Amino acid sequence: MRFMLLFSRQGKLRLQKWYTATAERDKKKMVRELMQVVLARKPKMCSFLEWRDLKIVYKRYASLYFCCAVEEQDNELITLEVIHRFVELLDKYFGSVCELDIIFNFEKAYFILDEFLMGGEIQDTSKKSVLKAIEQADLLQEVSVLEPHLASLVSNFKDVNKLTTVVVLTVL
Amino acid sequence: MALKIVKGSIDRMFDKNLQDLVRGIRNHKEDEAKYISTCIDEIKQELKQDNIAVKANAVCKLTYLQMLGYDVSWAAFNIVEVMSSSKFTYKRIGYLAASQCFHESTDVIMLTTNQIRKDLSSPNQYDTGVALTGLSCFVTPDLARDLANDIMTLMSHTKPYIRKKAVLIMYKVFLKYPESLRPAFPRLKEKLEDPDPGVQSAAVNVICELARRNPKNYLSLAPLFFKLMTSSTNNWVLIKIIKLFGALTPLEPRLCHSTSQMSFLFFLSPWLSPSSLSTSNSTSAMSLLYECVNTVILCVQKLRILIEDSDQNLKYLGLLAMSKILKTHPKSVQSHKDLILQCLDDKDESIRLRALDLLYGMVSKKNLMEIVKKLMLHVDKAEGTTYRDELLTKIIDICSQSNYQYITNFEWYISILVELTRLEGTRHGHLIASQMLDVAIRVKAIREFAVAQMATLLDNAHLLTGNTQRNGICEVLYAAAWICGEFSEHLENPMQTLEAMLRPKVATLPGHIQAVYVQNAAKLFATVLRSQEGNTDRTAAQETSQLMIDRLPLFVQSANLEVQERASCILQLVKYIQKLQQKDVEVAEEVNALFAGELNPVAPKAQKKVPVPEGLDLDAWINEPPSESESEDEKPRTMFTREETKHSRPRHTEVDEKELAKRREVRKQEQASNPFYIKSSPSSQKVYQEAPGVDHIPVVQIDLSVPLKVPGLPMSDQYVKLEEERRQKDRADKKKKEKKKRKEKGGRRGKRDSGPESEEDITPAHMVDIVTEEMPPTAICRSVSLVPPLNSPPCVPSTCQKSSKHKKKKQKKEKEEKDKKKKKKHHHHRHHSDGAGEESVQNGTVEEEEEPLPTISDAPTCSLASPPPFRQVCDIQGNLQDGSQVVVSLIFENKCDSFLKAMEFNVLDSLNSRLQRPDGAGPHDGLTVPFQLPPGVSNEARFVFTVKSIVMPQKLKGTLAFIVKNEDSSTHEKLDFKLHFTCTSYLITTPCYSDAFAKLLESGDLKASSVKLEGVVMPFPHLLARICFHHHFSVVERIDSCASMYSRSIQGHHVCLLVKTADQTVSIDAKCDEPSLLSNVLDEIKLTFSQC
Repeated sequence: MRFMLLFSRQGKLRLQKWYTATAERDKKKMVRELMQVVLARKPKMCSFLEWRDLKIVYKRYASLYFCCAVEEQDNELITLEVIHRFVELLDKYFGSVCELDIIFNFEKAYFILDEFLMGGEIQDTSKKSVLKAIEQADLLQEVSVLEPHLASLVSNFKDVNKLTTVVVLTVL
Repeated sequence: MALKIVKGSIDRMFDKNLQDLVRGIRNHKEDEAKYISTCIDEIKQELKQDNIAVKANAVCKLTYLQMLGYDVSWAAFNIVEVMSSSKFTYKRIGYLAASQCFHESTDVIMLTTNQIRKDLSSPNQYDTGVALTGLSCFVTPDLARDLANDIMTLMSHTKPYIRKKAVLIMYKVFLKYPESLRPAFPRLKEKLEDPDPGVQSAAVNVICELARRNPKNYLSLAPLFFKLMTSSTNNWVLIKIIKLFGALTPLEPRLCHSTSQMSFLFFLSPWLSPSSLSTSNSTSAMSLLYECVNTVILCVQKLRILIEDSDQNLKYLGLLAMSKILKTHPKSVQSHKDLILQCLDDKDESIRLRALDLLYGMVSKKNLMEIVKKLMLHVDKAEGTTYRDELLTKIIDICSQSNYQYITNFEWYISILVELTRLEGTRHGHLIASQMLDVAIRVKAIREFAVAQMATLLDNAHLLTGNTQRNGICEVLYAAAWICGEFSEHLENPMQTLEAMLRPKVATLPGHIQAVYVQNAAKLFATVLRSQEGNTDRTAAQETSQLMIDRLPLFVQSANLEVQERASCILQLVKYIQKLQQKDVEVAEEVNALFAGELNPVAPKAQKKVPVPEGLDLDAWINEPPSESESEDEKPRTMFTREETKHSRPRHTEVDEKELAKRREVRKQEQASNPFYIKSSPSSQKVYQEAPGVDHIPVVQIDLSVPLKVPGLPMSDQYVKLEEERRQKDRADKKKKEKKKRKEKGGRRGKRDSGPESEEDITPAHMVDIVTEEMPPTAICRSVSLVPPLNSPPCVPSTCQKSSKHKKKKQKKEKEEKDKKKKKKHHHHRHHSDGAGEESVQNGTVEEEEEPLPTISDAPTCSLASPPPFRQVCDIQGNLQDGSQVVVSLIFENKCDSFLKAMEFNVLDSLNSRLQRPDGAGPHDGLTVPFQLPPGVSNEARFVFTVKSIVMPQKLKGTLAFIVKNEDSSTHEKLDFKLHFTCTSYLITTPCYSDAFAKLLESGDLKASSVKLEGVVMPFPHLLARICFHHHFSVVERIDSCASMYSRSIQGHHVCLLVKTADQTVSIDAKCDEPSLLSNVLDEIKLTFSQC
């Protein structure tokens, strides 16, 4: 697989993962071009198209398009299955995932994708093991976040009053 | 101090985190860019702080902004900082940012090597995992080299989680650092049998990808994979294995059997049977099925199931696989024509395009018209120009494939082409035009019809050009004008066409089309004159001339040089004709003679019929033959040896008359057995009528007062009908004949009666002139009696040209001109045999270099002493194909009364330029001139020089040794000369369009320079012509006394000139990407003008 893109029906990019080194300018151009092509397609059309020297496999879930570019000899249907599996993983992780989940937790979405695909190849075909790896890594993260007590305050920093009192206490 | 920390912390409290940033962006829809630039400023502040948590937060936000398309490369170092944090939370963010933002040219990547190595060996498996994941995205050759060993160790890690990742990333490492493959491979192979299925599938993945690149090395793994294939239940893995076998089978036929067996097994197993699957939740099984189909290429029947499926995806894939099978098994696909045609009606454009691809391979004589008719309907309906253009090219491709093999009626084809011209905004005007030309030239019988159609097109040219220039369809007019002019004898009303071609509106067409218009108007004029002079009334003819004189000035003013030149030439001609007409002289015959001669297709072998000029021995070696010891595979490098090998082939030996007659006989027989010519085997009418024909469907004729079509243009549909009638008639005729035969033969009837119409049955209505091997379409030439230009290597003319004679004359003229110049300049440069004073004078213009006459004072024979025995003229030309080769053509002329022979040409090579000698010759060996010179005879020889740098002019010293033979004695003589390679001679006249020219100048890659010439009295056009002629430039644009010119060097340097003139002063501003080349060229131009 060359790259994977997630974008909304309005043409806003939500996620991009490139598995081959590509210059920033080319990336932008390709993304723009591809979005135009894919968004112009009607819902009843098939999920594959030939674009430049690549095969594009895309699928729409609610308002979000998942779009993969694979090479000439690759299997289109298995790519479609990869997309579906990724959506299932997101769904399991976020619990009935929606576009906003991916917008606000975009780094999590990336972590899931990285556990599922690596260098454009499927890393693990088992949903369970992918999720397990993510959960454990998350756990590790929570622990390390909780360690310094000041950092713990960051999570509920909105409560400014409470925070200031805590800080004053520390100073005293 | 404490306060400072607290202050930092408080600041941090008010920092935005990622969620805030996202929310902020969503709330600032109108001024997003402004909002983000303030955010970036904030982030920059945050990155300056020491607190790693703040930095990580900032980097996380940057990663988001990067996705939105903002440049964050400036923060690369901060990303590395976050990556090297000891806390997993931050490390994770750092690696994510790196994997998104880093690429091979990011320089900080070098700094990460040790950090990554540390992370790889971390006791925490997630640290390692995160490092591996990140590395897979930004691994560079350096990183791959440095870390290959560490990763290899990880392949045997205790945790499958790490093993799996390590195996996968090895693929990336192999790509970046191929040397690592050999040591890592045994371990990789081990992983195929790893207890963990994840690791196993990763290993299969990697090996499959490797094998796809180079299958040979992986044959030995076949048994292992076979075992895996039979035992694995994981579809993802199975697909990869089948793909691998697909790559291996071409190398090992025995595998084919087992692969297909296995594939069939999956294929037929009830678990995978397509009927039991609803595709949405079992695409994986379907994809396996698809993979099997791909490998086992005989499953067309099964493909039909895919194509008939309601799922668009499967339909698409079915068609895709079908087109793969079509390449190897066209017959098996052809039976599914109905299905493919159905797909043409699909709503989905990609499916329609796939079906179109398939159609190309399935047409036959029988169904061509039907298929094209269907496509034409689609053309009318199609929305969007891309698909319509695609249809158009497909129609033409289908019809013209293998020399119009499937076309039985060319009238129908012409009308299809004419109908296609009505497409608006297509880019493929030139394609239609070239088809029209090709058919009209090659199918003689169609010319009359074609001319009539083209005349209508010309008459209605306003319809084609209505939408001004933006559409390419006006290219068709090029073909139309040419056909009407060339075959004007077929025109019904040439006068009307002539008027149509001279309309003022024509001036809005592109230049090259106007040029054809003007030229062909002249041809038409000739035809019209002939018909009108036959009449008693002379005024008609004079009126026609007047029409030409009235209209042509419009073209004389054209900005396009070609148009201008042709128009002014023809205008003068017509004025002259008018003068003659006024004196009541019959001119028609003479005017017609201008364009006389029919255009005949010429086979590539026509050259054989050309008599070999006297004194040219084709079997003689041009150079000494290469030594026998030379190995076969060593390709001769020089131009000469290449020719040599050609000459030595037996086909150049004279073929005697008998042999020729025999061959002719054989060819005739071949033609006779060509299905194209045969009308055989009966067929029943019944079978054909069973299929409901299109014309059986009742159609109500709508009477419209406004015609929908361009008047006079035929509808191709009627040809379909006609064709059917014709075929039926043919069949009926044949049946009659058959019946007669049967009557004669008596009782043996019924046997050959029925059976579907076979391919051979359909006789074409027109023949394409000489099919296939005999003549590629380009080899069309006017006169067969081709006299090859004297002494140049024999070649077959490959373009349309009036007659080689004209060309030859022109060449000769040029030479003569040069010779004259010579004579004026150097007469008797005498010098003595001490050899010190060889002189050379160039006339400074282009390329000539005369050999001064040596008079050998001590020579015993007096005959040599007085007249110059020798003249040498040379022309240096760059070789277009090869940027480092220059061909020097030398004309040797013997001016004495003796016979000159055994001439040997030698040049002292310089570092930069050297003479190309045949392989095996030493660097100081001379080249034998491949002819002898009787008194007063001149001949041309060519030598190839290799030049490294072309930015400087060069002078090469050389000698020509020869033997002077008199009736009674012979002496060895030697001449010294200098070859002057001017920079100009490296330039090649290259046309350039003004927009391309403007772009070139704007590009800013060119260096400027300028020169002023004083006291130039010649008119501006002459001046331009002089630069064009002597310095190989072409005029791009000319406005008043200012012109832009262009030329290109053999090594691709662009040279642009802007020439301005004002009272005897000419200023030349020049630009070129190679400054020294430019200044040399300018110097040479200056020299040219200083000499006139």
